Amino acid sequence: MSASDLLAAPPAGWDEPALPGEPAQGYWSSAFAKLRHDRSAIVCVLVLVAVVVACMAAPLYARYVLRGDPFQSNVSGTTMVGGKEVAVLQQATNGLGLGLTPIGPQWRFGPYMLGADSQGRDVAARLLYGGQNSLLIGGVATLICLTLAACTGLVAGFAGGVIDRIISIFLDVLWAFPIYLLAISLSIVLINESLHIGPITIGGNSLAVPMIIIGLVYVPYVARPVRGQVLSLRHSEFILAAEGIGASPVRILWREIFPNVFSTLVVFAPLMMALNILTEAALSFLSIGVQPPAASWGTIIHDGDGLIYTRPWVAIAPGIAIVITVLALNILGDSLRDALDPRAKVRLH
Amino acid sequence: MVSTILRRLAHMLFVMVGISALVFLIFFATPGTDPAARIAGRNATPATLAAVRHEFGLDRPLPVQYVLMMDHLFITQNLTSFVNRGEKIVPEIVEAAPVTLSLVLGAGVVWAAFGVLVGLLAAAFKDTVIDRALMVFSLIGVSMPVFWLGEVVNLVTQSRLHDTLLFSWVPTLGYVPLTQDPFGWFKALVLPWITLAVLYIGIYGRVLRANLVEALQEDYVRTARAKGLSARAVLIRHALRCSMISFVTLFGLDFGALVGGGALLTEVVFGLQGVGALTFHALEDLDLPMIMATVIYASFFVVISNAVVDILYAVFDPRVRAR
Amino acid sequence: MLLEVRGLTVSFRSRSGLVRAVDEVSFSVGEREILGLVGESGSGKSVTVLAVLGLIAGPNAVVEGSIRFRGEELVGASERTLRRLRGGAIAMIFQDPMTALTPVYSVGWQIIEQLRIHTDLSRRAARARAVELLDAVGIADPARTVDRFPHQLSGGMRQRAMIAMALSCNPALILADEPTTALDVTVQAQILDLILKLRAEFGTAVVLITHNLGVVAETADRVMVMYAGRIIESASTTALFADPWHPYAWGLLGSIPPLGGARLARLPSIPGLPPALARLPRGCAFAPRCRFRRESCRERPALAGADAHRAACVIAAEERGALRAEALPLLAAGG
Repeated sequence: MSASDLLAAPPAGWDEPALPGEPAQGYWSSAFAKLRHDRSAIVCVLVLVAVVVACMAAPLYARYVLRGDPFQSNVSGTTMVGGKEVAVLQQATNGLGLGLTPIGPQWRFGPYMLGADSQGRDVAARLLYGGQNSLLIGGVATLICLTLAACTGLVAGFAGGVIDRIISIFLDVLWAFPIYLLAISLSIVLINESLHIGPITIGGNSLAVPMIIIGLVYVPYVARPVRGQVLSLRHSEFILAAEGIGASPVRILWREIFPNVFSTLVVFAPLMMALNILTEAALSFLSIGVQPPAASWGTIIHDGDGLIYTRPWVAIAPGIAIVITVLALNILGDSLRDALDPRAKVRLH
Repeated sequence: MVSTILRRLAHMLFVMVGISALVFLIFFATPGTDPAARIAGRNATPATLAAVRHEFGLDRPLPVQYVLMMDHLFITQNLTSFVNRGEKIVPEIVEAAPVTLSLVLGAGVVWAAFGVLVGLLAAAFKDTVIDRALMVFSLIGVSMPVFWLGEVVNLVTQSRLHDTLLFSWVPTLGYVPLTQDPFGWFKALVLPWITLAVLYIGIYGRVLRANLVEALQEDYVRTARAKGLSARAVLIRHALRCSMISFVTLFGLDFGALVGGGALLTEVVFGLQGVGALTFHALEDLDLPMIMATVIYASFFVVISNAVVDILYAVFDPRVRAR
Repeated sequence: MLLEVRGLTVSFRSRSGLVRAVDEVSFSVGEREILGLVGESGSGKSVTVLAVLGLIAGPNAVVEGSIRFRGEELVGASERTLRRLRGGAIAMIFQDPMTALTPVYSVGWQIIEQLRIHTDLSRRAARARAVELLDAVGIADPARTVDRFPHQLSGGMRQRAMIAMALSCNPALILADEPTTALDVTVQAQILDLILKLRAEFGTAVVLITHNLGVVAETADRVMVMYAGRIIESASTTALFADPWHPYAWGLLGSIPPLGGARLARLPSIPGLPPALARLPRGCAFAPRCRFRRESCRERPALAGADAHRAACVIAAEERGALRAEALPLLAAGG
């Protein structure tokens, strides 16, 4: 018997004892299984679903509870409090008694449960309608941002050379530009005039304006990591091997690189949405986001700014809505990152 | 080292030109109405419009317009507001800068100190209740809109609890120059500092914890422990020192971004007349030259601080220094 | 005895239950002795020496048994006691000098740090001593190297600096965890020479972990072979190379390419992979890969033999020669 007989496979019956309950799992299904056991992720998803459902129910609230239009100013309106008819805007009682103070929160389910704003509009109804806009803008801006970032990152990383240089320089400039100032500059130009791109006209008060602006300004945040990932994948051994056996670039891009980039995008999605909701609120607070009479959580805080000492709930309520939603998105983002890619370095900022 | 700095400076100049060109294009070349009407503000007379057209060379090609604009901003520094007639813009910015710097410097000290504290504590007590509580609080800090937090702080300290012992010291909103009354300066700014810092404490605490946890898995930490160092010395002298590299980088970038306009919302809420508030009021009046000027100045500040960060990076990391 | 380890067991809590990384390991190291610890990666060599320094800590680790250093019990000893020993009487050298030194401090700074923990030298004196140490380990320009950062040194230089750091407080015992694995072959030989010189000059005892039998043959007085967390053979170096008892040791020796003789068609190797620690077979851990296994291998064999030579195998002394000749024809032929 020669030494190379040591290579002979051991006879059957001596295999290692396998542990039960460890089936082989795919990437996505194992990530999903991890998420299902992550209690905080489940709670966050439930919270987000609740927020979305509540905001979608805004018309129902306006129609059956408020029985009024929360977008019309209601300066001389009245409402029933404890069986008595009370004016929504009351004579101010403090100071010189000048000016009007809107009705405060009633703290029971019904009209003006969170009080009225300075134009006599129901804060609760505006909160729900505003939530629709905030979530919509946050969501669409996230889609715009991720799509643009994926495209630029993939093209720059995959094409390399001059194209990569040009895109990288552009991303550098955009990156160095303070986000709020860029957003302000774009908003001020777009909101005061409508934007004409060929046959398409986007009005200044359209929700598309903040969507596009917010979607644009964060592109470098995602595009730079995507580009880096594509670059490192490009030079990884498995891609070189795929090229070696003659796979076409399109096939490599589609079968090898895109799935990897996609999981990065999935991790980024909730974090970017959180960031976008905060940015929308800030722009609207500066009155260069959602334009009146439409509402968003940011515009309501803006409306509540003047009432902060007399009727603080006008500003506090939408703030709490923002904190709950953004917090849930951030925790969900953390869980997703843990489940999908423990080594990914997605910076939340 | 010298060539690194030179290359860095060249890059910085390049980005500055890029940003100013971008701002210029946004204001002068976005399809829509006549840029002269934008610059002249609301209800401008035909005479004003003509003056604007002449001053900014709007009938000439775009590159010429760009050069004229930069000339107004940096060389003659005679860009004037059309809304508040005759008001020179550059001196206004110079006047507002100390307010912004005071706000951001103080906030930076607060957030660096507490960010390190949160990160260190969370990493030292990893997977315990302390760690989890700190991380939840950090995440809440990250999830709050700063202007809303500012309003709530104002509500509590200026109105609801102002008459209690706790907050009776809080002065009315506004800025007190440091040279005039140092203690008044401190009192006026301490709440804005904390408000602005909350978000960054959250971010930095989380980032530092992650870096420390990673560093504690490194071989050099094992070596340090095998040398007989105490757990605290290993954490601070080795793990923290190595994590400081990315911490300082992040700090410089955020600091620059805040001085360059990121503190705008805090300034507005606390009635501080800094550069950000200047932008905000220009925004309310649609005072375009003012907005343009503040945006460009602010962006330049960001770019400069990015360059400073790169140089600091070399100081903190011997591996970079050697190159 | 300098170091006496009895029944050392290190386990980690994991999702699939308690995993034993080191299982009932006993050995001792005398003054001035070099003990080689051989095994594949994951066999528990590193965990064993880390446990000696009390560096296996954390909520998920369980260390049982007894470790006595100069008669003092280290299992369950206070952090203070352990810290005094770490880097003082017992020093450690790690495998990859690239990552084992803190990147942001100069080599000298790191040596001085250790000196100042264990001695009351002034900063200046500690620095002078650091230069001296770097010189002693054969670094060409110690006065300049002392201010250099790890990334500015070559792999061999870094390992020398690491050894200088380990030596700084005159340890009685050095635990060297694969000190030459990451280095070029020529540098490896220099580092091994250095370790032998240390013993000759300073009388330091060394536990040398390696997966390279060649390294052991050149340096160690005694050898311990570990497999899946257990010691399966322990003997003097000469005895192990001349008369190995365990089939795993035969496999290890068989997979060293011979320098002379006919060229082999294929380099022999041990079939299969080391078992995952979470799913060890009940009996002999090597049995699934062993050509000579039998029914009795389903029971775990004890480490049997005299003090000079022990092995954990059911193969009796009488049949050993014949089976080994089958597995290791070269050794049988006296090559």
